[in-house]
Amino acid sequence: MSASSAFNEEKGGSSSVGEPEYGHDPASGGIFSSDYKRHDDLKEMLDSNKDSLKLEAMKRIVAMIARGKNASDLFPAVVKNVACKNIEVKKLVYVYLVRYAEEQQDLALLSISTFQRGLKDPNQLIRASALRVLSSIRVTIIVPIMMLAIKEAASDMSPYVRKTAAHAIPKLYSLDPEQKDQLIEVIEKLLADKTTLVAGSVVMAFEEVCPERIDLIHKNYRKLCNLLIDVEEWGQVVIINMLTRYARTQFLNPNMNDEEEEEKEKKAEAPMAKRKPYVMDPDHRLLLRNTKPLLQSRNAAVVMAVAQLYFHLAPKVEVGVIAKALVRLLRSHSEVQYVVLQNVATMSIKRRGMFEPYLKSFYIRSTDPTQIKVLKLEVLTNLANETNISTILREFQTYIKSMDKDFVAATIQAIGRCATNIGEVRDTCLNGLVQLLSNRDELVVAESVVVIKKLLQMQPEKHSDIIKHMAKLTDNIQVPMARASILWLIGEYCEHVPKIAPDVLRKMAKSFTNEEDIVKLQIINLAAKLYLTNSKQTKLLTQYVLNLAKYDQNYDIRDRARFIRQLIVPTEKSGALSKYAKKLFLALKPAPVLESPFKDRDHFQLGSLSHLLNAKAGGYQELPDWPEAAPDPSVRNVEVKDSVRAVGTVTCRDRESEQSSEEEERKHQRKSDQQKSDSESESDEESDSESSQSESDDSDSEADVKKKKKDPVCNNRKHKCIDSCFNSLVLCLQNISPCSALKSYELLHRIRGEGLSVEYCFSRQPFSPDGNMVAVQMQFTNNATSEAKNLHMEDVKLQSGMRVKEFPEIELLPAGETATAVMGIDFCDSTQAANFQLCTHTRKFFVSIQPPVGELMRPVFLTENEFKKEQGELISVTCRPPTPFLSDSRFNSIRFILFCIAQNLPCGSDKECRFAGRTVTSGSLVLATVATKEGGAAQLTVNCEKMVIGTMLVKDVLLALTQ
Amino acid sequence: MLMFPSDSLITSFVYSMSALPPFKPVTSYWFRLSQNGQNELLCFPSPASPPPAAMIHSLFLINASGDIFLEKHWKSVVSRSVCDYFFEAQERASEPENVPPVIPTPHHYLISVLRHRIYFVAVIQSEVPPLFVIEFLHRVVDTFQDYFGVCTEAAIKDNVVVVYELLEEMLDNGFPLATESNILKELIKPPTILRTMVNTITGSTNVGEQLPTGQLSVVPWRRTGVKYTNNEAYFDVVEEIDAIIDKSGSTITAEIQGVIDACVKLTGMPDLTLSFMNPRLLDDVSFHPCVRFKRWEAERILSFIPPDGNFRLLSYHVSSQNLVAIPVYVKHNITFREGSSQGRFDLTLGPKQTMGKAVEAVLVSSQLPRGVLNANLNASQGTYTFDPVTKMLTWDVGKINPQKLPSLKGSMNLQAGASKPDENPTINIQLKIQQMAISGLKVNRLDMYGEKYKPFKGIKYMTKAGKFQVRT
Repeated sequence: MSASSAFNEEKGGSSSVGEPEYGHDPASGGIFSSDYKRHDDLKEMLDSNKDSLKLEAMKRIVAMIARGKNASDLFPAVVKNVACKNIEVKKLVYVYLVRYAEEQQDLALLSISTFQRGLKDPNQLIRASALRVLSSIRVTIIVPIMMLAIKEAASDMSPYVRKTAAHAIPKLYSLDPEQKDQLIEVIEKLLADKTTLVAGSVVMAFEEVCPERIDLIHKNYRKLCNLLIDVEEWGQVVIINMLTRYARTQFLNPNMNDEEEEEKEKKAEAPMAKRKPYVMDPDHRLLLRNTKPLLQSRNAAVVMAVAQLYFHLAPKVEVGVIAKALVRLLRSHSEVQYVVLQNVATMSIKRRGMFEPYLKSFYIRSTDPTQIKVLKLEVLTNLANETNISTILREFQTYIKSMDKDFVAATIQAIGRCATNIGEVRDTCLNGLVQLLSNRDELVVAESVVVIKKLLQMQPEKHSDIIKHMAKLTDNIQVPMARASILWLIGEYCEHVPKIAPDVLRKMAKSFTNEEDIVKLQIINLAAKLYLTNSKQTKLLTQYVLNLAKYDQNYDIRDRARFIRQLIVPTEKSGALSKYAKKLFLALKPAPVLESPFKDRDHFQLGSLSHLLNAKAGGYQELPDWPEAAPDPSVRNVEVKDSVRAVGTVTCRDRESEQSSEEEERKHQRKSDQQKSDSESESDEESDSESSQSESDDSDSEADVKKKKKDPVCNNRKHKCIDSCFNSLVLCLQNISPCSALKSYELLHRIRGEGLSVEYCFSRQPFSPDGNMVAVQMQFTNNATSEAKNLHMEDVKLQSGMRVKEFPEIELLPAGETATAVMGIDFCDSTQAANFQLCTHTRKFFVSIQPPVGELMRPVFLTENEFKKEQGELISVTCRPPTPFLSDSRFNSIRFILFCIAQNLPCGSDKECRFAGRTVTSGSLVLATVATKEGGAAQLTVNCEKMVIGTMLVKDVLLALTQ
Repeated sequence: MLMFPSDSLITSFVYSMSALPPFKPVTSYWFRLSQNGQNELLCFPSPASPPPAAMIHSLFLINASGDIFLEKHWKSVVSRSVCDYFFEAQERASEPENVPPVIPTPHHYLISVLRHRIYFVAVIQSEVPPLFVIEFLHRVVDTFQDYFGVCTEAAIKDNVVVVYELLEEMLDNGFPLATESNILKELIKPPTILRTMVNTITGSTNVGEQLPTGQLSVVPWRRTGVKYTNNEAYFDVVEEIDAIIDKSGSTITAEIQGVIDACVKLTGMPDLTLSFMNPRLLDDVSFHPCVRFKRWEAERILSFIPPDGNFRLLSYHVSSQNLVAIPVYVKHNITFREGSSQGRFDLTLGPKQTMGKAVEAVLVSSQLPRGVLNANLNASQGTYTFDPVTKMLTWDVGKINPQKLPSLKGSMNLQAGASKPDENPTINIQLKIQQMAISGLKVNRLDMYGEKYKPFKGIKYMTKAGKFQVRT
């Protein structure tokens, strides 16, 4: 392959002499000589007019970039090709440009105009990629251009371009933070977008630019919840994380009553002012319900996001559902396991019961990497309680025999923690650990000593034999930490081992100079304590040790010796403190609490980088505390009447047919929720049902209509007024037949035509000679004083693929007379113009016919079911009619354009008009739906296989409406 | 008179100079010697810099020998010297898989995954869910595998341009853009020998000119206009048994994890439904996004418009209430005697609950204690190898014949004078059983709607050992 050859050349270039010069490594060639020649061949290839050479050159350049080699000196040669026709060359040029534009700002500006042109391209992919590259060029001077481009793209027809606009927002923000206010406006606009494609990206932009503007979310909250399941997986993660924070600011703590009770029990305080029983906000419930299915996602990040949402937001009893999904993730790659286990460790401290049924899933296999083993151990320790401790300890016993010594050490620590937490097994654990003291591996012994020391502190009086046993170990054990621990133990409990202690000090005094620093400090401690309790035997020894310490190299040890000597050895100078020396040294010390390192980590949002590192990472957004009183929930109500809403192109997994059932199910669930919470008052229920209504208003229109049908009583009033408005529209639609109003266009004005004027219209009849052609009816009028002869057409200039069937020649057109002729044009389903010359016997006129997009279709008949089925499979384009209320005349213009393409189809609902047609050339289906809603808001949806046709059709309708 | 003790002044000055630590040029704080020997300026972000706006800043690919063989930046270039922190962590870790997936450095965070002996190291500058990055990196590897067949250093280097184009499409400004394989394949066609030849001759390109239909459609995972002459849909039900068996042969923990992998080559927009005889077996499931969740909740039926080609339809976990059938048993006797430099090794395998199916492709491996120098064993069937460096014993058994049970017997030589090792080796077992799903899961039927033709349908069952360990 070409790329590989480039690689080899690059590598070999420096070593072999006879190699051609291209792609030379700067570090290896001659110092200056090759420098100016470097890449000459690549430049040549880029300047050639053969695409294949350019492509080859670009591939080699990209290969250089990939390896981190500097290719910046090629910038002028590369940037010239930014307008190259070959799309692959173009793409690679983009890659290059984005990489080096920052370094070569002036030259990069040369390319900007190309992108600006690209932003206007009819192909949405080109528009989008132009915006992508333009916004990726980090050149401050083009900030205004970027701003303009983003604003324009944010209202583009294509959701893909709008998505790209959302991506561009953080790029611009990082380039120039002063644009923040303007960018927030764009974000606000895009947040209102109802397509799933845009939702994830705009929330990402929101998080990057203005995470503090939580007020922007209110109106979009319910929509985001409802769209969530159909958003692409990466967007889901971002949205869920943002909504977690949002919910923390807007709803009440679902567990507040439980926690209060706990507090009361602890403090036994006088009953506080009784708070009203907790009722969950229906929006809070909506979030929990809509995220739950995502626990089944194949994407671990999504599962984790939902899990943390439930952990932070759900009532205690419901959090349990996440355990199963998290345990499932433990089957995944080890990196995923690592992150999940960290989070499980934190969760298992606060909600131990949740993971107890899955205890065995955390058992350790010898093939696990050490870091996974240690984390699993942590979880097992957290899960240990009176009932399962015996099984867990049995597991631990096998772990101690593992070959992985780091893991064994961690196991010993874990045993220690189990022993401190669960009183019943303390002795068992201690005995087990003492047995480990005779282990062959020194690390194991040392770790055991450290843990035993901590355990003994809890009840030393019972265990003097263990202390004796450990005193013996000082002869063998070399690990400093363990030696220090033993010495501390003997010193602390010297009363329990009065005979051995002085002997240990004797041995230690002998080896003092060879000990590690921490051991030396403990020897001094031991000496001091013995001096205080048993000065007769140890006075001289202590003096000796203190003298040795006085001349130690470590100033810490010298200091300690000086300090202790002053305290314990009574002299005339010694102050009042020495009286209390015994109290100072032999005070009762509280036993250490063995805590999990994951304790209290949940003040970081789970699943976040900060939680994993247990340190605040840059850009981390604190998870706010629950508010004391819930902020006004009505901010999330969406005012339907005032705003005209675009139609969602939202149906994805669960189509319309399922939506009504979903709606019902939701209601059902709501009911059962209500039954569950007995405490809910009457008024609450009412508000609940009200908000459920507004919530469903937000969902798709079809569902809306169906729902309305189901319970006509409650909506009766609204229904009536909509009906009347709609009926009038339907009436005026029926009155006008499609053929009655054909619009004529001028082909040749009589002044330019020297008396001859020609008009044409699209007759909307099949063109009999060729079914793929659009029939164009022409009307010739001779306004001149003389007759015109031999009217015919010549020199037809067409875009590729288009064809024309000429009209028969009109031999004579007397003055003042009118004649008609029909010609056929195959426009190839595009709105490209057909150019030709219209000739008379004396003159030639250049004319062109350009069809409005509506004329490229002819009607077809579909049943309602067929229509729905097709609609689901086609790309849809939607439009937002600019006026909230459709006047009859406005509706007429829509009707005109739609009727020209298609026919009105029967429809089950009287709130919808449906039109269907097929394009003339390729026969692809075009569907249009006009639906009205309460308040007179209308929405137009066009479904079409060909995006361009759909967009243009919608554009035409919009144009008609604004005129 | 001026009595200036000039001599003493100078000496004291010299003295104070020598007391100072050796002078270091200030530049040494600003430059850092990077792995490849280039001095590169470290960037210190100015305190008032705007919050960095990118999830994934850069990506470095590092091979087993520690060479950075590919780098890609989605924002400003991050010097590759940042990888030195990774190399440090790598040195500290005893095993390659023990490198922590998340490494904090002064200005960045490194999140890495290890696949096919290549580290994929992503550079992050601010808070981002770590799983988000890890999952994405794995998706990148899956995509490479999908495109090039294998994901090795050589394959990536050979296709460096395609790799770059892919990475460009998959992330925009550090945020995932298109990760669905069907969409990517429309944007960038996978390299095949035929296409490479055709491209060289005709000069056509590998890059799609139109927006992939999936991007905007309601089924983003499927491309439109798919055509096949033979319409076929194959489903593989593969189950893995994870188990820990203790010394005495009793099961400590055992669970079954399964997946249904599909290979669907159907024309048009087929709508498939797959139903099971015993869907209650499935305890916990995760779906490909194409599966309609509501339908599953209500009817326990998998209803979906499939992606084109290979994909994982479903992964599931069989509820732990069901008893797990353990297909093999192991009789073992591995002992070391105190004071002797010999140890006994005795292992016999036999079929247990296999429902009459043959147990095939059995492979036994065990990490023997460090003190073991050599092993003289005799295998009744298959071959065994012992690696004296890693102390790994592997025994390729093959098929288990119930009439003549395979065994591996003999002695181990220990280091002379060394004490008896107190660790017990664990035995890992791999095996395969064809035509059976050990949980008993059965597909009832597969129906297709929405298209007229009759597809060819096939279902295959298989059981494998996952993490199957026997403690001794």
